[in-house]
Amino acid sequence: MSRRPYIRKVERSWWLGRRRYVMYMIRELTSLFVGLYCALLVVGLWRLGQGRAAWDGFLAVLSSPLGVLFQLLCLAFAVYHSVTWFALTPKAMPLAVRGEPIPAKAIVGMHYGAWAVVSLIVLIAAGI
Amino acid sequence: MSENVTLEILRYRPEVDSEPHFQTYTIPYEEDWVVLDGLNHIKDHVDATLSYRWSCHMAICGSCGMMIDGEPKLACHAFLRDYRHDVIRIEPLDHFPIERDLVTVMDSFIEKLSSVKPYVIAKHKKALSDGENLQTPLQLMAFKQYTLCINCLLCYAACPQCGLNESFVGPAALALAHRYNLDSRDDGKEQRADVVASNEGIWECTFVGACSEVCPKHVDPAAAIQQTKISASLDWFKARLLPGARR
Repeated sequence: MSRRPYIRKVERSWWLGRRRYVMYMIRELTSLFVGLYCALLVVGLWRLGQGRAAWDGFLAVLSSPLGVLFQLLCLAFAVYHSVTWFALTPKAMPLAVRGEPIPAKAIVGMHYGAWAVVSLIVLIAAGI
Repeated sequence: MSENVTLEILRYRPEVDSEPHFQTYTIPYEEDWVVLDGLNHIKDHVDATLSYRWSCHMAICGSCGMMIDGEPKLACHAFLRDYRHDVIRIEPLDHFPIERDLVTVMDSFIEKLSSVKPYVIAKHKKALSDGENLQTPLQLMAFKQYTLCINCLLCYAACPQCGLNESFVGPAALALAHRYNLDSRDDGKEQRADVVASNEGIWECTFVGACSEVCPKHVDPAAAIQQTKISASLDWFKARLLPGARR
């Protein structure tokens, strides 16, 4: 008897309907907003190079309702990305001291600590 | 009062079916039955044409992996009592061709597994008379969890990258490659790198993490792959940046 293996196609909607895959796709989507925000910073630098009026115009766009909404959206996605990434770090870099594994919570905690320190440096540098 | 439970099973018999279709079976409900007991009941008392793989009935052999209500599970490890609703849907493992009913074709996995050389490759052969290769508990701990893999392929069914790109080496094979790379008796890392560190190897993984979540033996293939990404990246830089390095 001849074999006739049947191959089932993966549907485009494979990620819908299971929480695990939806959360993963949202994490993938965050890269779009992180990328857009980087582009925004580059545009800011470009406008700054064009002089005072251009820079003020850029700031005005940022503080418009749409500008604020966009930044809040980027912030939300960046936070989601960071939090989910920090949660995964113990898998990617398990650390051990003298053969004793460091608990996962400590590794995650160190990342939050580093995040706080870097944020503080940025705030101080910005003169806030 | 006897209770019943309904199993909705994806059938595919290549000699009569052009494509798979669901068939429902109503069987007695027993508190201590797993899905595999239900399938065995059908095979023995209802429909002898139903095909599926199984052997040990105790989550050791890794034969009875299937999709149970859309989730990859060992049928011997999934109690009917945990699915107390009308119908339990049972399908063959996702991302593998269906040979017949719940039996899949796993040739691609066997090829991928052998491509990562999952055995100790020692640079210097030791004579039997020189005694055993000793390992400290610490050296054993480095890789022990990865030795628990039973090749049940639930991780391949859970991984969307395996479904979207059939050339992806996949979680179990990469975790086993990592297992041997971490073994203090092994010198085969370089030989495995061609496959492991290729585009179809670790770099096809986008860290969905589902492989580790569904593993019935609590192996963590996602961790193995991320750790291999870091070590492969370091090797890549070392080979190019260090003075006298060989490219």
